[in-house]
Amino acid sequence: MSELGLFFAVLGAVGAALVAGIGSAKGVGMGGQAAAGALTENPSLFAKVLILQLLPGTQGIYGLLIAFIALSKIGIIGNGAVSLTLNQGLSFLAACLPMAIVGYISALHQAKTSVASIALVLKKPEQFGKSMLFPAMVETYAILALLISILAINGIL
Amino acid sequence: MAVLPMKRINICALKTNRKAILEELQRKGVVEINEVKLDENDETFKNVDLTEQEANFTKIINQTTNALEILEKYSHEQKGLLDSLNGRKPMTIEEYKAFEAGSDNVYKKVLKIIALQKSILENRAEISKTEALIEALEPWKNLDISPNFQGTKYTDVFIGTLPGSRTEEDLYELLANYAPVDASIISVMQDQTCVYVMTTKAQGEGAYETLRANGFARPSVSAKTSPAEQQTKLETQIEALNAEIETFTKEIEEYADDRESFKLLSDYEIMRKEKYAVIEKLCQSKHAFILDGYVAECNAQEIKSTLESKFDIEVLIEDPSPEEEPPIIFKNNWFASPLESVTESYSQPGKGELDPTFSMSLFYYVLFGIMFSDAGYGLMLTVATTIVLAKFKTMEEGMKKFVRMFQFCGISTLFWGIVFGSYFGDIFKVVATTFFNSDFNVEPLWFSANDDPMKMLVFSMALGVVHIFAGLIMKFINCVKNGHIYDGFCDGILWILLVGSCILILMSTEFFMGIIGGGDPISGVLPKIAIGVALASALGVILTAGRESKNPGKRLLKGAYGLYGITSYLSDILSYSRLLALGLATGVIGSVINSMGAMVGNNLIVKAIFFIIIFCIGHVLNFAINILGAYVHTNRLQYVEFFGKFYDGGGRMFAPFSAKTQYYKIKEK
Repeated sequence: MSELGLFFAVLGAVGAALVAGIGSAKGVGMGGQAAAGALTENPSLFAKVLILQLLPGTQGIYGLLIAFIALSKIGIIGNGAVSLTLNQGLSFLAACLPMAIVGYISALHQAKTSVASIALVLKKPEQFGKSMLFPAMVETYAILALLISILAINGIL
Repeated sequence: MAVLPMKRINICALKTNRKAILEELQRKGVVEINEVKLDENDETFKNVDLTEQEANFTKIINQTTNALEILEKYSHEQKGLLDSLNGRKPMTIEEYKAFEAGSDNVYKKVLKIIALQKSILENRAEISKTEALIEALEPWKNLDISPNFQGTKYTDVFIGTLPGSRTEEDLYELLANYAPVDASIISVMQDQTCVYVMTTKAQGEGAYETLRANGFARPSVSAKTSPAEQQTKLETQIEALNAEIETFTKEIEEYADDRESFKLLSDYEIMRKEKYAVIEKLCQSKHAFILDGYVAECNAQEIKSTLESKFDIEVLIEDPSPEEEPPIIFKNNWFASPLESVTESYSQPGKGELDPTFSMSLFYYVLFGIMFSDAGYGLMLTVATTIVLAKFKTMEEGMKKFVRMFQFCGISTLFWGIVFGSYFGDIFKVVATTFFNSDFNVEPLWFSANDDPMKMLVFSMALGVVHIFAGLIMKFINCVKNGHIYDGFCDGILWILLVGSCILILMSTEFFMGIIGGGDPISGVLPKIAIGVALASALGVILTAGRESKNPGKRLLKGAYGLYGITSYLSDILSYSRLLALGLATGVIGSVINSMGAMVGNNLIVKAIFFIIIFCIGHVLNFAINILGAYVHTNRLQYVEFFGKFYDGGGRMFAPFSAKTQYYKIKEK
């Protein structure tokens, strides 16, 4: 049974990158569609809508970050895998969950906010500063999840 | 550090000087002009309506822009990628005046270009139409008479198409009853066959009926000569049209040297339009006009003396009345002024409010630096912005401030990168182990957030507490400035005491210190004082937070609800954990890139090549993503956590009557 420990740890690490990555991919995709639409009306907004499109992309990066920290902690990246008890392996899995789940959901909601902000910038380009803020509000929760995942992973071994 | 004090300016002058005075004001660009609304029944003073003239200027501006676009299509203007940073070209008044005299000629050239372009487009349309004709003649090419030929005195000729592909045998079979028949196939395609049939006049009708029944149709093309000849003729036509296009193109290209004057024309008309918009705002009698506006105090005397020396004029400068809300001009030192646009995109300071830009600048660069937190990236950013600033001297003011902001942010990032020991992630360590087999590493000045995230978290939140307290102090200062010391005490100082003492109480518990790894809990008399202060300030909040309500019961309830606001301070402080998260994101992804780079290849040279490639691409990407994150989240911390404590905004930006040109900037002297 104990050899499953490593498996669960890897599952957690990969899961964080996987699920949060899917969320960001969907999110950036949604943003991109809205941005492309906005450009048909006003091509000079390219830089602004591009930034808004990219905002839901950070969850995928946070997922990658967690995956990397976890994988290097258990030695998959680096000096060779350490042996983990089942308990430790499951702990890794649990530690990665916040980033995976919150990352996924917040990316989607941030994307919706980004799409709305793109519409705002299209109508009122001078409101760009504020429009950037609404998606950033959603991201707060991804950051909090990232934080808990980092702290939890650091505490296991 | 603040905003400039404003004065009200009133100008009364003769109408004959109106143009000169307005142009003077426009060039100076320091006066904002208010609209003077007049009573419609006013006998002496009237507002004039110049909508029509303005529409005319708009038309000319659009035409000029159009001409410039056309010119760009035929003779591309050589421009560097960063040339737009250079801003508008400076020009003297003399040059401008010289242009003004010849502007009609320039406009004629603009119209000429537009006409030429129209002819080109017409020719193009004609060419594609002709090409379609040639295409349609293609199936009839083998015919040596006109496809519309109907027959001679004794014969009937049917030239046309039949559906499907057919052979000559099929045709003779079809028309067997109408002999003598001469039939031949001109061309065969998959879905239709072009045929030629000749019968005697007598058989003609019958043959036609049979052909018709089989789907025969006369050709849609019309030509007097044989199709091949017709095609040649049409091709000559196309050539002629193309030659014409070429002449037109050359003609347009010859105007390439006039590009600058077109730009100037566009600017000139923009200025005129602006001027006419201002004239509408004036109130005018038969011979005089009155202008009302705002001017910054520091410019007021200068503009008064200039105008009075040049014109027969009455200029009145006075303080704005207390009810007025004059527009805002920021005035900050070199350190804070780059951040004015950040404040501006939140809101301009409202009436009686302090400009928060300077207090924000104390934190802005620091927060940005901690989030970006990589010495390598900081250096890149600093060097890039410094080069841009040095190279593009004529950059527009707003752009310059934006670049300068990133320059300062870059310096801060460099600093915090060194403090936390991050250089392109962990470049020194990776290079040393991969290529030199040593364990060389540059140690952080303080500690590495990677190794001790908990310490970094505590540091982030501590900085957050300082930031929030600074916001509350600003609230206090703002209230004091407006004479509401009591409000400042209740909404600012009480909260500092309450939050501060709560933190001290937390620090005296073993539980809390255990979590943050902060060593022994504080003990002695301090925690006891803290408890006392916390209770007193909490009581203070309960008693004062609802002070607007007259009803004492309601007041207490509101006060209790106000105390509940302490939870928002908790979430505000936790929000600063993003400093840790974003800082780690930069560093860790940087390290991932480095270790990916070090993985490829067996021998050192291959390794080095791949390492350099992966290093460059990876770090550029990481740089771009994280600079965006740092910028967005620094703004968020400033807007929500900091401004939320004291800043409402709601003011109006100073919008002077000036030359809002696109290409040229007219210099005073």
